[in-house]
Amino acid sequence: MTASVQVLLKPHILDVKGKKVEEKCLKQLDITTGKVKSSKLFSINYDTASSHLKDFASKCIKDVVTEEILVNELFSADNYSAAIAIAQLPGVTDDEGTSAQMAWVDFFNINADVKTQHIFTQEIYYFEKNISPENLMLIAKRLLGNPLINHFTFANRDDSGILSFTPFVPEVSMKADDTTDTVSLELSDDDLVQLSKEKVLALNLAEMKAIVAYYKNSDTITARQKEGLSTDPTDCELEILGQTWSEHCKHKEFNAVIHYNNKETGEQKTINSLFKTFIKGTTSEVQESLEANKNDWLVKVFSDNAGVVKATEDKLFVWKVETHNSPSALDPYGGAITGILGNNRDPLGTGIGGARFLFNTNVLCFGNPDYDKPLLTGQLHPRQIMEGVISGIEDGGNKSGVPTVNGSVVFDDRYSGKPLVYCGTGALMPYDYKGMPSWEKPIDAGDRIIVAGGRVGKDGIHGATFSSIEIDEHSPSSAVQIGSPITQKKVADFMIKACLAGLVKCSTDNGAGGLSSSVGELATISGGAVVDLEKVPLKYAGLKPWEIFVSESQERMSLVIEEKHIEALFELADAMEVELTDIGEFTSDGFLDIRYNNKKVAYLNMEFLHEGDPQKVMYAEWEKPALQEPVLGGDFDYNDILLKLMGSLNICSRESIIRQYDHEVKGKTIIKPLMGPQGKAPQDAAIMRFGFDGFEGVAVSNGILPRYGDIDAYEMSAGAFDEAVRQIISAGGSLPNTNSNDGVFWSVNDNFCVPDSEYNKESNPDGKLKLAKLVQMCEALYEMATFFDIPLTSGKDSMKNDFKADGVKISVPPTILYSMTAKVNDVRKTVTSDFKADGDLIYQLGTTYNELGASEFYGLYNELGANVPKVRKEDAKDLYLKVMKANAAGLIESSHDISDGGLAVTVVESAFGGNWGADVHLNNLGDLSVNAKLFSESHSRFVVSVRPSNQEKFEEIFGSLAFLLGNVTENKQVIIKSDNNKLIDLPTDSLMDAWSGGLVL
Amino acid sequence: MTQVKSLVITGFGINCEEEMAAAYELAGATAEIVHLNEILHGKVSIQDYDILNFPGGFSFGDDLASGKVVANKIKYKKLPSGDVMLDEIRKFLKDGKYILGVCNGFQMLVRMGLLPDTTSNFETEATLSNNNSGKFEDRWVYCKVNKQSKTPFLKDIDVIALPARHGEGKLILLDDEMRAKVAANNLNCLSYCTADGTITAEYPANPNGADLNCAGLTNLTGQVLGLMPHPEAYLSLYNHPDWGQIKRRNSDVSEDGEGLKIFENIVEHVLDKKLATA
Repeated sequence: MTASVQVLLKPHILDVKGKKVEEKCLKQLDITTGKVKSSKLFSINYDTASSHLKDFASKCIKDVVTEEILVNELFSADNYSAAIAIAQLPGVTDDEGTSAQMAWVDFFNINADVKTQHIFTQEIYYFEKNISPENLMLIAKRLLGNPLINHFTFANRDDSGILSFTPFVPEVSMKADDTTDTVSLELSDDDLVQLSKEKVLALNLAEMKAIVAYYKNSDTITARQKEGLSTDPTDCELEILGQTWSEHCKHKEFNAVIHYNNKETGEQKTINSLFKTFIKGTTSEVQESLEANKNDWLVKVFSDNAGVVKATEDKLFVWKVETHNSPSALDPYGGAITGILGNNRDPLGTGIGGARFLFNTNVLCFGNPDYDKPLLTGQLHPRQIMEGVISGIEDGGNKSGVPTVNGSVVFDDRYSGKPLVYCGTGALMPYDYKGMPSWEKPIDAGDRIIVAGGRVGKDGIHGATFSSIEIDEHSPSSAVQIGSPITQKKVADFMIKACLAGLVKCSTDNGAGGLSSSVGELATISGGAVVDLEKVPLKYAGLKPWEIFVSESQERMSLVIEEKHIEALFELADAMEVELTDIGEFTSDGFLDIRYNNKKVAYLNMEFLHEGDPQKVMYAEWEKPALQEPVLGGDFDYNDILLKLMGSLNICSRESIIRQYDHEVKGKTIIKPLMGPQGKAPQDAAIMRFGFDGFEGVAVSNGILPRYGDIDAYEMSAGAFDEAVRQIISAGGSLPNTNSNDGVFWSVNDNFCVPDSEYNKESNPDGKLKLAKLVQMCEALYEMATFFDIPLTSGKDSMKNDFKADGVKISVPPTILYSMTAKVNDVRKTVTSDFKADGDLIYQLGTTYNELGASEFYGLYNELGANVPKVRKEDAKDLYLKVMKANAAGLIESSHDISDGGLAVTVVESAFGGNWGADVHLNNLGDLSVNAKLFSESHSRFVVSVRPSNQEKFEEIFGSLAFLLGNVTENKQVIIKSDNNKLIDLPTDSLMDAWSGGLVL
Repeated sequence: MTQVKSLVITGFGINCEEEMAAAYELAGATAEIVHLNEILHGKVSIQDYDILNFPGGFSFGDDLASGKVVANKIKYKKLPSGDVMLDEIRKFLKDGKYILGVCNGFQMLVRMGLLPDTTSNFETEATLSNNNSGKFEDRWVYCKVNKQSKTPFLKDIDVIALPARHGEGKLILLDDEMRAKVAANNLNCLSYCTADGTITAEYPANPNGADLNCAGLTNLTGQVLGLMPHPEAYLSLYNHPDWGQIKRRNSDVSEDGEGLKIFENIVEHVLDKKLATA
């Protein structure tokens, strides 16, 4: 019998949640609800007398100041006409229910089961006005929940005037099912492809045939017969192969042979793996150059969950950026929160493990929040995606106590099918644990496999294979994972302690592919593993063995533990209330040996598993698009243009997002996303200090410029690289390798997110062009990174960012994000973007070119243009070295890099900080149109301010690279003149209003 | 040497323990970070310390209500001795010791009945509820110290800038009578104000819409302080969002953050007391 406790606010207490729903219904859906009353319902399956239940509810659930409760009855809702109850679907994480269970055992001082779900929560909203069932459904789906994870109950007042409903209790009832099937591969080619599709293996014909060949091989047959196994593969084996060979895990396209035909130059070439040639190859070259100069801070690149560099005498800096696009398209909140928590687990499981998180970053690409095209089947509205993703990032960071310090939001309707959600985490790890080098991953036969953290359910089955195919209306809902920051926080706290105590030999996280991926990969180190799946703790009964092995249930780490430390490790976990399970051991016999109740359910040769997938062959073809510069007619009202630019989606203030992220927990954030006396001035890079006892730290930036790729993918990639570098230079950072043994580490993650780039005559006719763009993006990366000696240390590619439904395909533009970090020796010497004092001189550093192509200015006229900004890397480096010199002498008071919107926007943003004005002219900027001077987005430029007393010293350093524009004024008016014409004459406040009003959550 | 010993509680989603411990160390005390279970399992006794600290964070994800599940543990979960931790706290206060709660820690203290505690019986007399904005927000605020307040934590402070980072920070007192009692006893020791020290109800200077514009409470003896904004996140001048212009205006400005003063105050106060009785 399920008991219930309903919690309601006392009538005189402001119902903040209800009011928010009322406002959103009106604003976003145009539905008038009247007063909305929020409420929460607890459904309790523990057995207890009702007097005890009342005592528990009034002491542990009810807030005596603001709330009233109903026990085993529901609110009569006399003044309301409709209601929606939002419960979880069976098996979906219900953290609040779990916390209530904790309160239950604490209150009664009993030992009850708190590891599986016995208390379920749901939200109920009552609406004053009568609302049609269609509109109730709309409110539920758009504002209150997601049918993939939530169960909705709707109610309207009936003829007799009663508003009632039976609450849904999401108990999981499944029959235990421990069957393992075998699958015959005696199939035609078509049927093999069909099998791959039906089982969501995401394997192509060549791969299916490689699998057939493995099972037909006489060695395989002999080995299987010896173990008493069928010569046909088991379902579990096919799942393991599908997961291990998935694009997500294996990066098949980045490792493919690419035949590249450049029709513009006539050049034809073959590239054997983009990854080896341009990513790993780049870092090897950079490493050589660094080490030749005694800069030996690169510790571990591309061979672990995150990149590792030496940060200080006794600390390592660990850096990882991931994407979580497909899950965020289906369930924005869940996708983003598991994105950020999953990315946290990468540094946590690098080397031995136990790194402490220093900060998070996030870069998000969405469709326009005011998108008004009809939605395709399964497509969520861009605003719903945006709000859900932002809440997920908020909870993922805030509830874990990790500050979110840097990010970007890019709007383009090509992201309205699949959004891009990039999550980054920087962490610090001690150089050694009890003498063991922390970044190493040693494993020997006989070491135990211990899983720590959450339990396993059906959530997230097929996440790895699913993210490797495009989304369509039949996408499996079990691909959604649900995050629990509190479970993970407990695991992270435990990992730090266990590693410091020397109990952990090494570790890795459980993300895409679950145990199959984590154990499968670790087993390559020792040469095999045996896992007993029946030992894996489950959220509920009913999972098949293969499901247990590939489930992507979150918040789990796989630990490698020597027998002698098992007891101490379990004791520690017990004290910290972290669930540990010993599920097997590592071996060296060359097989991945998976059992359920002693029966083998998978037995795979490790070499075949990890090396057996055939290399992919792909085709790229480049043809230069025919583009030209537009002729913009009419007079230009620059005041009007600038106000429009300030309020445009890609330029306007992100304050309403940023303030929802805790960007200063840990007390180490020195440059936050917004600075100045009113906290309004946007900054170029974040600066974090490492500890409380010194001033060493790290600068964090990101570069992303997808719209430039519509003209030139190479320049887009090079430009994004430059953008991230110049932001760090702007904030007072230094280039690497400028001095011998200078300790200035740089650690960069590259994240490619591209549409399906595999040519197919029917389904992807421009696939070759898309792949050519990807090749060019990689070439630019190589050129830039080797030129600046800036190493890539980790990264990720996401290859199928297409949303298909109703015969329509929405593909993202090819997008690359560079997430950069660089050592800062003294955070006190860094530079913020806001002007500091009246009378300071304002300069532009770096040259403006006639490069309005793909600019925000052209965007106002719906024009693309042709002159995309080009990176002149030699000039850029020359300028950056001079900026470093000027900063070392303390000559720069403020610095803001010039990017979206060009010079005019940059000057205005610099004035926002202290609520200053600026009086500037464009006369020194050379022979260019006014439009180019004001709005060109040429790279490698800054707006800086300088004390008048330092003018001479400053100009001596920069010479012809500094262009005097004017000075900072107290009168809060931004004036921009050309010759003697006032082009712009606007109060800073008006510009601020336009900028602040562009995006409000 | 006489030392001031502070205990910083962690676990279950508390996440500001490191900077809280750093604050005490910078203020000259020792600080030990201890998992709540070590106290609940009887492995650590709070009586061995001078100052007990409940840092900020998201204990149990703010489920049921912020700080509620931890407060329940402290009120109801039996220690090996058979007492509950609240009994230990009662003794701790009786011995003249001090308790600080920040943000989620403040929420715990209010839910345990330690604040405002006008009857000295640990009864629930207030709550911290959803901000009027309906969202979590991270923004810097100014707080005015109530000159009549007894608490040694706030000695010699008039207006202090601090980061507020919460979604449930709106203090609601039980009723009008309680509001009058809190004001009459000057338990509302910190109030949201503008830069010039004028107490205000206006958003965003008052980020949540709290009763009496109250940012922090103390108890009748001044031994317990709870506040929503985070003094432990302003230990260095360089935590302030306007450090650039502050330094430009005064190049000799101290590199300490204003939040550190609260910790220096209590450490000095305890040390003086200890030296006096030594």
